[in-house]
Amino acid sequence: MNASANALEIRGLSKNFGALAVAQSIDLDLKPGARMGLIGPNGAGKTTLINLLTGMLAPDAGAISLNGEAIARMKPEDRVRRGLVRTHQINTLLTEMNVLDNVAVAIAERDGIAWRMFRYGGQWRACLAEADERLREIGIDAVADRRVSELPYGQQRLLEIAIALALRPRVLLLDEPAAGVPAAESHVIHDVLERLPKDIAILIIEHDMDVVFRFAREITVLVQGRILTRGVPSEIAANPEVRAVYLGRSVK
Amino acid sequence: MNTLQKPTLGDDRVSPLWHALPWLLALAFYFVGAGYHSLGTNILVYILLTLSLDLALGYAGIITLGHAAFFGFGAYTAALFAMHVYNEPVTGLIVATVLTGIFAALTGMLILHTQGVTLLMLTLAISILIAEWANRAHDITGGEDGLRVTMGYVLGLFRFDLWGRVAYLYALAVLFVWFLAAWSIVHSPFGRSLDGIRQSPPRMRAIGTPVWWRLVAIYAISGAMAGTAGALSAQTTRFVGLNTLHVLISGIAVVMLVLGGTKRLYGAFIGATIYVLVQDIAAKVNPFYWMFVIGGLLMATVMFLEGGLMEVLDIIRRRFRRLFARVRL
Repeated sequence: MNASANALEIRGLSKNFGALAVAQSIDLDLKPGARMGLIGPNGAGKTTLINLLTGMLAPDAGAISLNGEAIARMKPEDRVRRGLVRTHQINTLLTEMNVLDNVAVAIAERDGIAWRMFRYGGQWRACLAEADERLREIGIDAVADRRVSELPYGQQRLLEIAIALALRPRVLLLDEPAAGVPAAESHVIHDVLERLPKDIAILIIEHDMDVVFRFAREITVLVQGRILTRGVPSEIAANPEVRAVYLGRSVK
Repeated sequence: MNTLQKPTLGDDRVSPLWHALPWLLALAFYFVGAGYHSLGTNILVYILLTLSLDLALGYAGIITLGHAAFFGFGAYTAALFAMHVYNEPVTGLIVATVLTGIFAALTGMLILHTQGVTLLMLTLAISILIAEWANRAHDITGGEDGLRVTMGYVLGLFRFDLWGRVAYLYALAVLFVWFLAAWSIVHSPFGRSLDGIRQSPPRMRAIGTPVWWRLVAIYAISGAMAGTAGALSAQTTRFVGLNTLHVLISGIAVVMLVLGGTKRLYGAFIGATIYVLVQDIAAKVNPFYWMFVIGGLLMATVMFLEGGLMEVLDIIRRRFRRLFARVRL
């Protein structure tokens, strides 16, 4: 079957907020290992699309399949357990916990031991050990004991990625991973993105065009809830239509 | 370890000696507290109720003023069970605990998809409904008159004596068992996920946590624990009245929790003890103004001690440690 070749397959996905169509019959395929950029002006429906994919919003029509399994009607947590993981644009980290626990809590959830109330010592220690490993991969193991609220913003963004990776995603949705990070530090985020496991299919939403065009191998342009065009970065960059929606009609 | 995070009581890095302290004090009271054992039992009952609230409100962030419903439900269940089925206390306690837990799970399922003021109102509403039902169901609950119960021997061995000594030890043992369970729960992966839900539900959903089920689970556990407290109260005083279901009980539990310190487990011990003692002592001095003392204490605590009165203990403990460090040098 052809369908199983795609890690994520979106067909005819639509959503309206009243009269406003925020997603209009969107089709999108992500192969394993894909590096897809999703760009579009403000209000194009990028975050709405992520919310539809993760199950925070219910679509009005359309199908989503993850590794060949229909997930459009599944609860958010079930999608996560099947390997569809997102990062957040705004900070939702557990700020009162330390960095290590933030990752360990995710690992406990992934391994299904988050229901344990008694006799958990060994399992929890295993979670902590693996969490430490994930932090090392991302390069923030030095701050493992720090409270998240004391962490510089750039490192919080990295932690966000570490948590997502700890869930062993097959499809990873990165919602503006570099948002709010000072330009001087954004290369750190980019380096981490470059080193993400090759077999994960990644959909990245990012305002910083530098990041998208360096990272993505294909780019989809979303305008008013509709896919305007798609192609490799050089095509998109050269596309006059894309320049028009992005920079307004005053483009020469 | 990071020095910015000072170890606090209720933390696993604290020496076992400190953990033994409250239990040793409670045991010592048994031997020296002649004449005050019923007061002591009353304190233990309130500690258990406050502890149950700490699980729901402190750790899981479930804003509630409805724990009186569980306290009263447990109390009436224990009384009715003793009157109509079997009057051995431990059996009755277990039955009351389980049934209250089921009642809490069912109401939790109804209301835990809401949060904030809505949730607060719903917990209050359920509490008022069940209180009014108990008031009307005179044939079952005795209505305004309440129920008078005769209890059997604890485990068929120990008889509740007139001075309340057996009742005190019985309540202490029950509190200890529940405390161990609570301790295990709050440090478990389950407890940590609750801590996460309190801080950021979107984050927990994003890592695949079934948030609603987790909340229902802790609400049921917390309700069961409050039910045990109610059952203990019914069994040790051999009486249940409508006051066990009164919203005031929920309010008192919140005051005790905030006074002692939330998210600390031991905060319940301090808050409930201080509250009952102040009530007892101040009411003897002036029966009309003891609420002023509690009110003043509560204001001072929330304004100056973020972590409740437990914070005073933390400060003392750190002084101690510094002193010992110097002695060792």
